[in-house]
Amino acid sequence: MNLGSGQGSMSTASSSGAWKAGDVVPDQFPAGLRVLVVDDDPTCLMILEKMLRTCLYEVTKCNRAETALSLLRGNKSGFDIVISDVHMPDMDGFKLLEHIGLEMDLPVIMMSADDGKHVVMKGVTHGACDYLIKPVRIEALKNIWQHVVRKRKNEWKDLEQSGSVEDGDRQQKPSEDVDYSSSANEGNWKNSKRRKDEEDDAEERDDTSTLKKPRVVWSVELHQQFVAAVNQLGIDKAVPKKILELMNVPGLTRENVASHLQKYRLYLRRLSGVSQHQNGLNNSFMGPQEATFGSISSLNGLDLQTLAVAGQLPAQSLATLQAAGLGRSTGKSGLPMPLVDQRNLFSFEAPKFRYGEGQQQQQQLSNSSKQMNLLHGIPTTMEPKQLATLRHSAQSFGSINMQVNAHGNDSSSLLMQMAQPHSRAQILNETTGNHVSRIASSMGQPVLSNGIAGGLLTRNVIVENGRGAGFNPVSQGPSVVEFPMNHTAELPGNSFPLGTNPGISSIQSKGLLEEVSSEIKGSRGFVPSYDIFNELHQPKSQDWELQNVGLTFNASQHANSIPGNLGVSQSVLVHQVFSSGQKSGQNMNTPVVSKAMFSVGAGSEHGNTHNISQHLNTLVDSSSRVKTEKILDPCCEITPFPEHYVQEDLMSALLKQQQEGIGPVEGEFDFDGYSMDNIPV
Amino acid sequence: MERNPLQRQVAYMRRSLFDQGYLDEQFVQLEDLQDDANPNFVEEIVTLFYTDSARLIHNIEQALESRPLDFIRLDDYMHQFKGSSSSIGAKKVKNECTQFREHCSARSAEGCVRTFQQVKQEHTILRRKLETYFQLARQAGLAN
Repeated sequence: MNLGSGQGSMSTASSSGAWKAGDVVPDQFPAGLRVLVVDDDPTCLMILEKMLRTCLYEVTKCNRAETALSLLRGNKSGFDIVISDVHMPDMDGFKLLEHIGLEMDLPVIMMSADDGKHVVMKGVTHGACDYLIKPVRIEALKNIWQHVVRKRKNEWKDLEQSGSVEDGDRQQKPSEDVDYSSSANEGNWKNSKRRKDEEDDAEERDDTSTLKKPRVVWSVELHQQFVAAVNQLGIDKAVPKKILELMNVPGLTRENVASHLQKYRLYLRRLSGVSQHQNGLNNSFMGPQEATFGSISSLNGLDLQTLAVAGQLPAQSLATLQAAGLGRSTGKSGLPMPLVDQRNLFSFEAPKFRYGEGQQQQQQLSNSSKQMNLLHGIPTTMEPKQLATLRHSAQSFGSINMQVNAHGNDSSSLLMQMAQPHSRAQILNETTGNHVSRIASSMGQPVLSNGIAGGLLTRNVIVENGRGAGFNPVSQGPSVVEFPMNHTAELPGNSFPLGTNPGISSIQSKGLLEEVSSEIKGSRGFVPSYDIFNELHQPKSQDWELQNVGLTFNASQHANSIPGNLGVSQSVLVHQVFSSGQKSGQNMNTPVVSKAMFSVGAGSEHGNTHNISQHLNTLVDSSSRVKTEKILDPCCEITPFPEHYVQEDLMSALLKQQQEGIGPVEGEFDFDGYSMDNIPV
Repeated sequence: MERNPLQRQVAYMRRSLFDQGYLDEQFVQLEDLQDDANPNFVEEIVTLFYTDSARLIHNIEQALESRPLDFIRLDDYMHQFKGSSSSIGAKKVKNECTQFREHCSARSAEGCVRTFQQVKQEHTILRRKLETYFQLARQAGLAN
């Protein structure tokens, strides 16, 4: 039960006002807080459970990270906070942390007997909201509810901001007015006042009205535009002002761009860090960066197909397309590597992809498209028709996923689902994760690269799915979502040739992405709908888009899992993100890309596309690792912050959009702030 | 409350476990968790610890037999063991674990082997003491 959130009623009035609408009954809170505690040590686990129970929390314990993740995935809104040990045999605690952050966006507290500074710092950079030193005392657990509240508050804020920007009639801002006495009248007044303020804010973001600055939702589309602008300017010379001008998005402020740029740079840095790690693998790919977007076309074509298929084409066609696409680009069999077993991809296991495998892929990729450039995520070459198809795809997105899946193992089932946007989520889940993700990743990769880095995608996807069927970003990592076809334009062609070598794919995807984005913009005409204003305008598509976006990320992330594809997607994503800022100049784009993609979520350094599964794993790993690695990118001088910050941003933005798109923001959807589940699409 | 001799004995024994450094504050945390719903919580936890730590000790012993020594793995095992021990307040055991880990980072095989013996020793001593303690506490409780 959600403390307070479930009700979905913004009944701040009734509550003490301290909680936002839909919040748990204030009197009881924090009692009943649903905690998931993960620790492989049975003694510690037992003690923690007892301590948490003593604090009147609702405790679920598990001794394996995988179990925890499946529990969380199975019940997106079932938990309020997660406490996890750092040191676990089946999965690194930080990796789990990343996954949770991306997929469920729940606050996570890390614990360890290790109190070394660097470990604690790792927790910070990976996004943990707190770090406890073992042995844990009950006093330390008594206040963990604050993290839940804080996160919810921020989410509300974001929601409000994004919502307010677009439509004046945002519902009351729960977070904002914690202090307000919640009288109905007052609330109304505040709402209208807020609306006005928000509208004003929207118009003058730069000025930062007294209210918090409205948050821009960085939709996939928007992000693509951003990445395109950055690439055009050159990562070194990309300054917010110029980017803003290039993007030419009404309502977007320089500040928005600046903060997004900062995140993007961090992401790139992370990627480059990862790529360095991987170097070697994808040197060939890395070579031509960005420049060769065009060359990717072959791949892009594939991606596009994937994308296109997503919405419109039946799953099978996607597969066909992909095959065709792949064949074209890479000359290899259509389907990029069979979706690797999702599980691996994801992260629990050590990156399965091993360079060896990835290499094959890479080689393939390289063969097929030497020119893979590091596409940042800008769809470089999207075939027009693909673009068109992509567009539709809001739904197709789902289909894409499906398609991806189709390629993969369970794609068929997924594909079916894809047909419906909602099913998307399912598909994602279904995709046995790997497949879809892979495909998605490959496809979506380009999209993701928008900097959202797989992480985002996955996140979004997951989130999105959560709403829907419970999208398991995991598997999909790659593809599935990522392509929110509609928006992501990037993905389609770009998405890394699913099966193709990761390295190649990345390039391709990049190209596609760029093209896609540009084309999409044009053709779709919905360019304008970026999420800045929360595209509620097209609720369905929007949602889908959002979802897609999310998906894309996921896909990309998961892409890792998909063998071959993943590589691509990963690389693509990575590339995309990375390419713009590629300092590392490594050819390894692929690895980087994949990493990037995953890094978002997974931080898999590995990222090498070699093995999709590996990639996924790697991505997962690399993402975590990427984060910690130094970023080559000189332009990243930003102080590090949680790696998946960017993603979160996008994701949360997306999610928010979703939610908002769905209906009035009022808290009526079960918005826990952190669990995105069940957002009506 | 009136303490019968047994209870006094239990209290005395408990005190000395702390004074002699076998147990630390964390043990008190466990005691605080014990309530009517879980009247034997502390004993249960300790039992759980000893069952689980046997596995860890076994792992370490095996790792100590391989040549060359994998210090990373040894350190890893010991990290787990240390975390576990500290969670029940096993102070001396924990300190020996720290020593062991220092030898691991110094890559001293001899040091590791030696300190591991000490770890096991403290581990065993504490178990005996706690078993006695719990037994006494149960008797004192029954006698009440």
